Amino acid sequence: MKILVALKRVVDYQVRVQVKPDGSGVAIDGVKMSINPFDEIALEEALRIRDAGKAEEVIAVTIGPQQAMQQLDSGLAMGANRGILVKTDKAIQPLTAARVLAQLVEKEQPGLVLLGKQAIDDDCNQTPQMLAALLDRPQATFASKVEIDGQSATVTREVDAGLETLSVDLPAVISTDLRLNTPRFIKLPDIMKAKSKPREVIELDSLGVESGDHLSYTRYEPPAQRQKGEMVADVPALVAALQAKGLI
Amino acid sequence: MNFQFTDEQLMLQDVARKFAAEQIQPIAAKHDASGEFPLPTIRQMGELGLMGIEVPGEYGGSGLDAISYVLAMVEISAVDASHGTIMSVNNTLYCNGLLKYGSEEQKQAYVRPVAEGKAIGAYALTEPQSGSDASSMRIRAVKSADGSHYVINGKKSWITSGPVADYVILFAVTEPAAGSKGISAFIIDTNKEGFHRGKSEPKLGIRASATCEIEFTDYQCPAENLLGKEGEGFKIALGVLDAGRIGIAAQAVGISRAAYEAAVAYAGERKAFGQSIGSFQMIQQKIADMKCRLDAAYLLTLRAAWLKQQAVNSGARFTTEASVAKLTASETAMYITHQAVQIHGGMGYSKELPVERYFRDAKITEIYEGTSEIQRMVIARMETGLR
Repeated sequence: MKILVALKRVVDYQVRVQVKPDGSGVAIDGVKMSINPFDEIALEEALRIRDAGKAEEVIAVTIGPQQAMQQLDSGLAMGANRGILVKTDKAIQPLTAARVLAQLVEKEQPGLVLLGKQAIDDDCNQTPQMLAALLDRPQATFASKVEIDGQSATVTREVDAGLETLSVDLPAVISTDLRLNTPRFIKLPDIMKAKSKPREVIELDSLGVESGDHLSYTRYEPPAQRQKGEMVADVPALVAALQAKGLI
Repeated sequence: MNFQFTDEQLMLQDVARKFAAEQIQPIAAKHDASGEFPLPTIRQMGELGLMGIEVPGEYGGSGLDAISYVLAMVEISAVDASHGTIMSVNNTLYCNGLLKYGSEEQKQAYVRPVAEGKAIGAYALTEPQSGSDASSMRIRAVKSADGSHYVINGKKSWITSGPVADYVILFAVTEPAAGSKGISAFIIDTNKEGFHRGKSEPKLGIRASATCEIEFTDYQCPAENLLGKEGEGFKIALGVLDAGRIGIAAQAVGISRAAYEAAVAYAGERKAFGQSIGSFQMIQQKIADMKCRLDAAYLLTLRAAWLKQQAVNSGARFTTEASVAKLTASETAMYITHQAVQIHGGMGYSKELPVERYFRDAKITEIYEGTSEIQRMVIARMETGLR
């Protein structure tokens, strides 16, 4: 079985992002970029499944500019067998990403597609579900545990009410939640070894994918500044203060 | 001229930064207080390849370059200088020394386990009565009549990782009449009879990099564990130290950066007389001076590392640049940590924050692998040609 993992290049989670002065977006020039943490968890899970002998190959895919090769390189150094960069300089919305991934799935025929439940830049949480729908295959989202047993996967999902366990037939799309695993550190010797792993670059335009970019962003603004707090002496004073503000 | 790091260098920097933040940060203060060697994190660093960064893949190392080593050292030392010290000894003094002067069999047998993180290496030059004047050492290695081994007797002091080291590069006198040309280098297996570890020596700073005296009593070292030729020991010791100084410079840069960043953050948060103390000109002057010296130290360290990398093929010396980097960076670390404590005021003096630890840790960088006085002497001699 092959596993396809999607890795998105996003602003590193430790960067304090700034909204551009004209409100047209977030300033990312010269900002540190990393693999979307949820995707890193997806890759870690894929590697564990492979290393347990339940898959032969892990293919890392990213969609983005040439610089996204850095994230693909990190994925290969972590342990993916090969990488595919679908190259475009445009910002891609979930439906377009799902259509691109669907084409790659047609080509590669993986038994499992693993990807983060959402990317920490736009927090859409749409691509995995759209991809499953386009492929007409089962989906299991927000996975906190994944077990592969032959032709199906048992997935524990984190839902509002608690945990839900379901079984999906493979091939399937699984999106990963935070508590699924802790991604490994890259071993230094693997940084150099990864250089000889195969990397394929496909121009997005050459795929003939119909654009799914139907959203337009009108304005970005930073969250409101936090109001200065006030100290209260005890619990009754706290309750009174909250009541005075009409909060309880 | 190019100030861009490569993608590989950035990836390594990232790994080192993440490892330091997630694994070392939580234990640094505890080990500073107890002085206990942080064996679990040191083992993890070995498994990740941080103990043999420049060691080629064929000897179990990471196969990265001298710049990568500096970047990793800065990241680790910015979180805990003790881990930096242990890393420095394994990488530059131990692995680098063996790679440069060892035979193929010695490299396979003694570099590989350390580069792969399965064993810990140490370097033993200093003695109770012999420091910068290494040629005055007393420890003796006497060749057996049949030439099969050397019998070693004597003491070495301030051995970093001494309490846990599996292997030690040892310098000992083989021909007392020959002065510095009578010193030879040996690879010591510490699991053999005649090797003893003293108790850990309490220190001002880098307290977790457990340091102890080691003693040899009729220790039998096989002749094939002679490193280089007989009488080459002093040359080997000095050659290894050139590279080692770059590591210490990088360690000093790491300590400096941590103290500088803490000071800038505190200057922004702490209010006095109704405003951030960072808006006062006296604090601003400190911040500006700290920043200039931090950048200068960092760039000089990178220059030395770059030259070292070039030297892999050209064989050129980089002695002056390594000393310039080490001297500047270590004095910068003292200056910046001193100012950082001052900016923090009472909080800087308190053990609640790591700033006082940076201050204590900084001092060693002016002392080991050549004191500041020795660095000045090296630089001036190289510049003037006078002795």
